[in-house]
Amino acid sequence: MSTAVETVLPDIEAVDQPLETEMTLSMGPQHPSTHGVLRLDLRLDGELVTKAIPDIGYLHTGMEKLFEYKKYQQGIVITDRMDYLNPLGNNLAYVMAAEKLLQLEIPERAQVVRVLMCELQRIASHMVWLGTHCLDIGAMSVFFYCFRQREKILNLIEAASGGRMTPSYFRIGGLMMDLPAGFDRRVNQFLDDFPEALSTFDTLLTGNRIWQSRTKDIGYISKEDAISWGVTGPCLRASGVELDLRRHNPYTGYEIYDFDIPVETGGDVWARYLVRLRELTESYKIVRQAMERLKPGPIKADAPKVVLPDRDDMRKHMDSLIHHFLIVAEGFNVPPGEVYHAIEASKGELGVYMRSNGGPKPDRVHFRGPSFVNLSALPLMCEGEMIADVVAIIGSLDIVLGEIDR
Amino acid sequence: MTEKLHGFVEKMREKDAAWVADVVDALGEVTVTVPREHIVDACGFLRDEQGFDMLADLCGADRGPEEDPRFEVNYHLFSTMHHNRLRLKVLTSEDDANVPTVTGLWATADWHERETYDLVGVKFEGHPDLRRILLPSDFDGHALRKDYPLRGYEPYSLN
Repeated sequence: MSTAVETVLPDIEAVDQPLETEMTLSMGPQHPSTHGVLRLDLRLDGELVTKAIPDIGYLHTGMEKLFEYKKYQQGIVITDRMDYLNPLGNNLAYVMAAEKLLQLEIPERAQVVRVLMCELQRIASHMVWLGTHCLDIGAMSVFFYCFRQREKILNLIEAASGGRMTPSYFRIGGLMMDLPAGFDRRVNQFLDDFPEALSTFDTLLTGNRIWQSRTKDIGYISKEDAISWGVTGPCLRASGVELDLRRHNPYTGYEIYDFDIPVETGGDVWARYLVRLRELTESYKIVRQAMERLKPGPIKADAPKVVLPDRDDMRKHMDSLIHHFLIVAEGFNVPPGEVYHAIEASKGELGVYMRSNGGPKPDRVHFRGPSFVNLSALPLMCEGEMIADVVAIIGSLDIVLGEIDR
Repeated sequence: MTEKLHGFVEKMREKDAAWVADVVDALGEVTVTVPREHIVDACGFLRDEQGFDMLADLCGADRGPEEDPRFEVNYHLFSTMHHNRLRLKVLTSEDDANVPTVTGLWATADWHERETYDLVGVKFEGHPDLRRILLPSDFDGHALRKDYPLRGYEPYSLN
């Protein structure tokens, strides 16, 4: 029996007419690397992306419409569901916009707790970014290490608020409730372990040649383009712009904290990775400082018509009981006016445009989501890159579709 | 607190008095109402000569069907150099809900204007690709208008 392989001669016609190399590829909306329901219409020339058109709206939740039908305090739970990796940041932007309209002064302890929780949340959000970004590129173990750290933070958030993904911890005028007993011990425990985890990520990735080749010189956006496209947060800082609203438009007392603003000039996926990795250290520093600043004191503003009274007060004073009833049943009236309040969320500038016409429900609430704006610059970063790099670029933007299709 | 912002408004006035129809100073923010025919020039001046290089946000709002002008478009300008914010506002009536596009000045206006068109129904003249962004292309109406019901035009039914 012969074992010789039969030689197949090439079809002469096929050689003369090369294969069609241009094609359209619809990536998503269920592709795991599109981080939610994002569809990308990719025009390819072989493996090269010649055009990328993002198609959003598959999730559209109509939250901005919903705000107009809810009382101010009911809106807080809606914000949790926008950027579900950074719900405390969303809570903060929303309640601060309402507090600006009401011109409320927030007690110092509440401000320190807000900073503390927001920075913990930023670390948790960056952990999901790093884990899923690595998973997109093919590094699986980092994903597990990141989620282990995130789990510890979610346990802390759960201890403080009762919720893990939807804490609704900040209230207009202060906090939902004070931190539980032993919270500082648990935070310190986390802080003691975290530097080792950071060093693990650094060791696994920064010096890794495969990681470097998959991220360097990919998805480039220049400083001028980034500003024109409204890109903010770590993506903007990776293009060489030193802008951090915690420093340049300080809120919640960020001006008294000592931290650096990591800036890179590469403008590529690698630079965005480096900026976020260094931001983790800065957030860690802020959490440490917030722990030192945490002193006993009130956690709610002195505004009985806006802030729910304490349980004990309700048992003793009729006024408190009436205020509680009115706030829960009818809400509170907010003076007419309009504000735009922006905070530095984990993904960039999270702005809330809020307008009141004097009633208990807002007239208009608009969220300027950083993911929405950063994603709009994706075609610029993708064109001319290989298709395998598209997932790396999406990962480097750290998008959350809940914030895009809000 | 807002003195510096008033300085920018004065510079706008010096350049062309017609650009500033109204100024409101409230809650630490300054809002300048700009006639819609001047919005591109005013934005261009603020971007090129006053350092407002970033359009942080652009959003539409419906004041209600009984109001005239009914719609407004808010431009939240931000400077990455001097870190100030300024709000420009363009008012437009329901019969003629058209505003010139600022996509020629800021690329980011592209998606913001599409969103405003999609949800509020204000058209942006000169926009390169003005189509719906969040709602499907065959969607009936503009969902963020005050007269658009929360559950849509279709009556809610369990059947």
